[in-house]
This record gives sequence, structure tokens and C-alpha cells, in this order.
Amino acid sequence: MAVLVIADHDGAHLRDTTHKTVTAAKAISGDVDVMVLGQGASAVADAAAKIDGVRKVLLAEGAGVAQGLAEAVEATVVPLAAGYDAILVPANTDGKNYAPRIAAKLDVAPISDIVEVVSADTFVRPIYAGNALETIQSADAKKVITVRPTAFAAAGEGGSASVESIAAAEAPKTTFVSAEMVKSDRPELGAAKIIVSGGRALGSAEEFAAVIEPLADKLGAAVGASRAAVDAGYAPNDYQVGQTGKVVAPQLYIAIGISGAIQHLAGMKDSKVIVAINKDADAPIFQIADFGLVADYKTAVPELMAALG
Amino acid sequence: MKILVPVKRVIDSNVKARVKADQTGVDLANVKMSMNPFDEIAVEEAVRLKEGKEHHAAGTASEIVVVSIGVTQAQETIRTALAMGADRGILVQSDTDLEPLAIAKLLKAVVDEEKPDLILMGKQSIDGDNNAVGQMLAALLDWPQATFAGKLEIAGGKATVTREVDGGLQTVAAELPAVVTVDLRLNTPRYASLPNIMKAKKKEIVTKSVADYGVDTADRLKVLKVTEPAKRSAGIKVADAAELVANLKNAGVL
Repeated sequence: MAVLVIADHDGAHLRDTTHKTVTAAKAISGDVDVMVLGQGASAVADAAAKIDGVRKVLLAEGAGVAQGLAEAVEATVVPLAAGYDAILVPANTDGKNYAPRIAAKLDVAPISDIVEVVSADTFVRPIYAGNALETIQSADAKKVITVRPTAFAAAGEGGSASVESIAAAEAPKTTFVSAEMVKSDRPELGAAKIIVSGGRALGSAEEFAAVIEPLADKLGAAVGASRAAVDAGYAPNDYQVGQTGKVVAPQLYIAIGISGAIQHLAGMKDSKVIVAINKDADAPIFQIADFGLVADYKTAVPELMAALG
Repeated sequence: MKILVPVKRVIDSNVKARVKADQTGVDLANVKMSMNPFDEIAVEEAVRLKEGKEHHAAGTASEIVVVSIGVTQAQETIRTALAMGADRGILVQSDTDLEPLAIAKLLKAVVDEEKPDLILMGKQSIDGDNNAVGQMLAALLDWPQATFAGKLEIAGGKATVTREVDGGLQTVAAELPAVVTVDLRLNTPRYASLPNIMKAKKKEIVTKSVADYGVDTADRLKVLKVTEPAKRSAGIKVADAAELVANLKNAGVL
């Protein structure tokens, strides 16, 4: 019984979501291979080979897979599936894009966003925006699973697996046009230990930048936002934390001017410590906050900056 | 161009789901149900493609067919889409909850009959949170896919889609026919006006059954139990920023 993990990386660096997915894979089988899809990604493959417990690394290089085109990834992975009992993918936007496509080609039910491996065929996943947890047992001989990285610890380093090159497929009917990535020197939202998140109460993009960002920088934190703040144009789309944005679980989550709608809580309620700063004492966010400060952010945030020294 | 829009009847997004005491599922008795919010966005975009609203050329879409797979009451969901501007509906009746693989196979059978040029659908339903059916349907049809669409343009036999991905935006062009799944920021769905709700009552909804399609819809996943997530212990209110910082230092997170 062997498991294939598809690595998450930016072309040059392996992301720790890969290490976390390897941890989930090890709970299924001792034989874990990692596949790196990219172009000029040998450094990523070498990094993957160092993950503790990895048997071998498969490196597939091509334009289609490097751009994450689902058709190319599917056509590359499916022919290899015969050698594996499960294919595990981090549940980020890339993984969510191609994993179900692979599952359909293999005629198996995809299992989305697992937070626990109970046994080799039984998994736990959140449903209804995280308001319920479903324990499911798969009857499929082969499993295609996306893994919620925040629910698993990262596998350590110390391995020395071999790297093997394999053929990558292309996507004849889909063309990559362009990418517009948000540039940020701050930690990545999914991997940050501290997140400072702003909501609609900030009132404008300028205010969001003036209030949330300096506090985040002071704490070495990533910046998040509620859907309301994103929809209003105060913050870019990929800052969004929630059911339809990113799911995060940092050590410390500071929600400023966020009421705490169900969809937002779905994305952050597994944070270790939650702080809410809101002038409405009845805001739902206070029901899950470890520390709540009922105050206008306009006075509370400068005071917080001062208190942090 | 003919557009097929699959829609799903789900728990209303403002209702907090409650787990049944016997852990067999979520209690949906007497709970308000609505069209899945992402599907509303897909219907809206299809209607805009027909009307030539926003950046779309008028008449890009000639016909919009809405399909739902589910219980009899899913007719109401189809009716809502018809009131928003879709032309006709298909209900594939099923009294049991089908898995995404079965749904994708049934949708493929509908596509084989209807032969649309574009399938527009929500990126995920807010009940199962699977985010899978669109991708699976594209795979079964061997069509290209463009998921998480934040912007859509149809021209030159292609759907050019700006996708909302981690870290920013990615634009891809998919040859038609294609499957496009929509994200929240593609558009703001309209409210159906009373005259349009009345007109929608005259539009056709054909009811089929799962058996009509001869598709294997057997469950692959067995739900062993559905439980409530661990509750967070009640927190404390602090008086000011200084007390907050002291508490965070105590908790070891600063």
C-alpha cells in the first residue's frame, strides 16, 4: 500500500503545506512518494526528498503543470495512479482545482478537506461551514483526498529520498494567459503564526492600510480580512478568511471590526487564541473570542500599539 | 450559445446548521432552504450573457437551461432561477442525497442530451463544502475547466476566465465547450421582480428521475457519524489594551 502526495510550491521553494500533507499520508501508509509538478523545479524536488519518511520523489516538468492547469495535472497523475492506493493533495486552490478531476477520471469519490485520518479508509471532514464534522468511510479501492494543512503538524526533515524524472502532460484545450500575484513581504496567511484581520468597520481601503497593516508589521503577522471588507474593496481578495476564502489556524488571531458571521468563523475558529476588538458588545465574534475588548478600533488599536512597546 | 446552469437547493446561508442528537446528520426539518449562493451567481452571469449586460455582447447566450438534482421541492430553486431570467428547467428527482460523483455523472447525461456550449456553476455548495462537481463534470466530458471565476469573457470560441487563486489572480482561456465554476466576486445576483416571478410560473420545468438516465449513482462514501465540532471555552472581556497584551503574554502567544 503506497500513497502519493502532490507537493505545493512556488516554483523555487517547497511550502510547508506539503510537509503537513505528508503527515496525513503517513497516517495511511508507511510508503509515501511525493510528486513535484513544475518547470525548473529541481530545487523543490530536492527539498521534498529531505522530508522525513519520503520514499521517493517524482519530478514532472512542463509548462502546463507548472501553471497548475488542471487538465495537464490530471493527465500527468492519472497514468501513475495504478501504483498507489491513495493520492493526497493540500487543499489549496490548486489542489481543489485538479484533485476532483483526477478522482472523476479514476471513477472514485473525492474526499475534500480532511482534518483527521481515522484509519486508511476513514476520515473526518468539516461540512456546513465547519458547523459539523462528518466521519466518512470510503468504499473505493483508490482514494483521492485533499488535506486541510492547518489540521496536521508538519513532517520533519532528515530524509534522503531519490528523485526520479517522469513525463508531464500538457493541456491542449486550455491556455495560460497571465497571472497577477499580490506582492507582500509579510508572512503567508496560511502559514502565519499571528494574523491581524480587519472587517467592514474599517470603512475604507486607506483606513484598512493605516490601521491593520502597521499592527501586523509590529507583530510580524499576516494580514487577513472578512468577506465584507474584501467585497467593499478595502483589502484584496486573497486576504479573505472564511468558508470561501482561506482557512487559517494561527497561534493568535486578532479580529478587528469583524462581527463574526458563520462564514468568517468557518475560516478561523481553530486558531489557538482569538482576540476580538469590536465596539458592539453583542457581536457574535465575542462568543468565540478568548479575549474580547469592547472598544472603538480607532482608540483601541493605537493603545494596543503603545502597549506592545 | 446555449448555457446549462446546475443549481442546488441547500440550507439558507444565514442559518446555523444543527447536528442531530443521534449523530446521523444535520437537522434540516423546518429549516429555511434557498438556492446555493454560488449558484445564484452562476445564474446571474448566464442571464447577463443573454442580456449583454456589463462587458458581455448582447445575445452571447441564446438559451439558458437550469438543472437541479434533488427532492421535489428543488422545483422552487429552479423557479427562482427562471424568475431571474433562465428559460427553462429540468428537475432530476432524487429522494436520497447523492454524492458529487453521482451528481457529476447525472449532469453528464443531461449535457449529452442538451449539448450546451458552456456550463456555468457554483464553485461549491455551502452544505457539503466539497468543491468538486464542476471539476468532475469537466473530467467526465473531457472538457476544459476554469474554476473559481472572478471574471468571465466569452469571445472567439473561448471562455477567458480570471480565476481567484491563492496569492492573487490567474487568467486562463478555455476552448468551448467548457465548464466554468464561479466565485463570489464574479457578480452581484439580482432579486427577481414580482412580474418576473409571475412569468417564471409559465416557464417549463421537465421532471425526470435518476432512473431515466441509467447512471450508477451508488454511494461510495459511508457516513459513520456527524458530530458537533469542539466548543471553544468561554473567553473573558478585558478592560483595555494593556490588559489585553498582559493576557496574551501570559497565554504565550506574544
